[in-house]
Amino acid sequence: MSSTVAAPSKTAPAGGAKGQPSGDNRYKMLEATMKRHQYAADSLIEVLHTAQELFGFLEVDLLLHIAHSLRVPPSRVYGVATFYHFFSLKPKGDHTVVICMGTACYVKGAAQVVSAIEALGGIKAGETTPDGKVSLMTARCIGACGIAPAVVLDGNITGKQTPAAVVDHVKGWLGNGS
Amino acid sequence: MDLNDLLEIAEKENASAKPIRLRCCTAAGCLSQQGDAVKNALQQAVADADMSDRVEVIGVGCMGLCSAGPLVKVDPDGALFEQVQPQQCASIIASLNGGGPAEASVGSDTIPFFSKQHPIVLENSGRINPERIESYIAAGGYQALYHSLREMAPTDVVEEISKSGLRGRGGAGFPTGLKWATVAKMTAERKYIVCNADEGDPGAFMDRSVLESDPHRVLEGMAIAAYAVGATQGFVYVRGEYPLAIARLKTAIQQARRMGLLGTQIFESPFDFRVDLRIGAGAFVCGEETALLRSIEGQRGTPRPRPPFPAQSGLWGYPTLINNVETFANIAPIVTKGSEWFAGIGTEKSKGTKVFALAGKITNTGLIEVPMGTPLRTIVEEMGGGVPNGKVKAVQTGGPSGGCIPAAHLDTPVDYESLAKLGSIMGSGGMIVMDQSDNMVGVAKFFMEFCMDESCGKCVPCRAGTAQIHKILTKVTDGLATSADLDTLRSLCEMVKSASLCGLGQSAPNPVLSTLRYYPDEYQACIDGGATAEASA
Repeated sequence: MSSTVAAPSKTAPAGGAKGQPSGDNRYKMLEATMKRHQYAADSLIEVLHTAQELFGFLEVDLLLHIAHSLRVPPSRVYGVATFYHFFSLKPKGDHTVVICMGTACYVKGAAQVVSAIEALGGIKAGETTPDGKVSLMTARCIGACGIAPAVVLDGNITGKQTPAAVVDHVKGWLGNGS
Repeated sequence: MDLNDLLEIAEKENASAKPIRLRCCTAAGCLSQQGDAVKNALQQAVADADMSDRVEVIGVGCMGLCSAGPLVKVDPDGALFEQVQPQQCASIIASLNGGGPAEASVGSDTIPFFSKQHPIVLENSGRINPERIESYIAAGGYQALYHSLREMAPTDVVEEISKSGLRGRGGAGFPTGLKWATVAKMTAERKYIVCNADEGDPGAFMDRSVLESDPHRVLEGMAIAAYAVGATQGFVYVRGEYPLAIARLKTAIQQARRMGLLGTQIFESPFDFRVDLRIGAGAFVCGEETALLRSIEGQRGTPRPRPPFPAQSGLWGYPTLINNVETFANIAPIVTKGSEWFAGIGTEKSKGTKVFALAGKITNTGLIEVPMGTPLRTIVEEMGGGVPNGKVKAVQTGGPSGGCIPAAHLDTPVDYESLAKLGSIMGSGGMIVMDQSDNMVGVAKFFMEFCMDESCGKCVPCRAGTAQIHKILTKVTDGLATSADLDTLRSLCEMVKSASLCGLGQSAPNPVLSTLRYYPDEYQACIDGGATAEASA
């Protein structure tokens, strides 16, 4: 498997890199991160964090590009990217709602919030609505147990939530786009 | 940088403090309830009232009582404002000026929630500004590091920690001094220090709070440990789910480096110590030490058999000392105040204090720090205020690795041994209170689903065993199980417990076994009477 990826030269790997004709700045920033870590294989998780921050999700071409740059087999990059929950290989919706399913949130009814949103969007946890507007995720525990049940709406932690309140919020997203 | 410089910074910081200080909690709990808006509104109100010369507004870390946030505390008179809204800020400032009582609800720090605490790890939380190193230095910070480097030999430091009786706060309770001594004894060209801040237990947020409220305390503890065992490089492995803790740690590391408290020739001694951050990517198993080390090395977080222990062969094969956030936070006070002082707190086998995260069906949710051996009843009923409109049914400790302690055992003192005897564990310190409406089979299934998802898949007993246990539990909650299934469940649990490779699998059956032990009726009821109310976990 590694022989197929060793072939492309560093200037033009799959998916485009620093020589990217489109001049996509994000590749430059990714390159800077890898350079800062001296292209060490150990920095793979750090690099994946940066890549996901820049691109929103990890496309297979992007994973290949990282594999070449760090000189590790694509199987290892893919293995790491799929092992950790944080990394997503699929694009996310315009908005995300993350419902904490930690124990404290669970005993305070987080499961009801999840089913309410699932019913509203017609999706399951971990999926995105077909129009690409809202992604519904669950979290293991975001450590905000003092204000359970906690829901993260587009990165903002909100506490003491009810199914109705979250449904109202998500309805707003579904209604008028981004 | 030497001791005089340190004292000078402290003096300058203390001298610049204004007579009245309003401390606003800016930890994640309060921030998510508009804590920063409250802080800004207070600053605006102070400016509007033209009181900037004698009143200052400081952002501080967690004050503990998260359920009443955002919290504002007035220093020096000690008034505690709860659930402060931005629009109430003008009236709070006016009340300082004798302008009538404030509109905000005023709590009291004499309630048992605060008065029964014994803060050591949290002594600076909610007092100092976690984003300014000067604030930590003014509270006596980095003096323990100076004392260790300049006045103690590395062996003395290890000896002091051993004598204190400190045990690992990550959950297993391994004697910290013994671990340090093992790493110190190894001869290797390089050694590492790792701070385990991968607080994955759902329902536990002590480490997040310590990192958000007092990050320098952890760094100082790591530096002392590095000196004691002869390491020069440290890593803090922190959960990706804690963005604020990561940001504050980054700031703290930069500040300490700039002041020469981390880096090369610390305090003009030959001691070098560098700290880097590693951000986790959401895998519960990475809290297990060998999995964590693999994750730092940029690989999948799968555990490996021990021995060799990380103390002998850890990161990249070099001796590595791994301790939990709370353990490192205990180091500086032990060095400063001595091992005898520390050993005087707690019980015979469990010394010192423990921070607990109280959550679930309880009036006062938040963080508390109590001496080891404090009865569970004191924590839950007196300090936590009990269950609102109900009775305690069980207290869950130790997260997915722990068990449920029924209300009948509330008088148990909280220490490593007593909790283990009840079939639970101390764990990292999460305490979830449950009331009569919580179905215990549902709770067991909830935890098993967690372990099933988080099993890394390396060893079969854990990978297949947790899935089979979950299947049987689903059968039970769906009302389709028979008594024979319960026997299978028991023997499966024993198998997974004894045959799994790492702590995740070995402890995964605990929630099932403890609920089977204390609440057999609820399992039986499912078998006799069909589906439970809370079938969907």
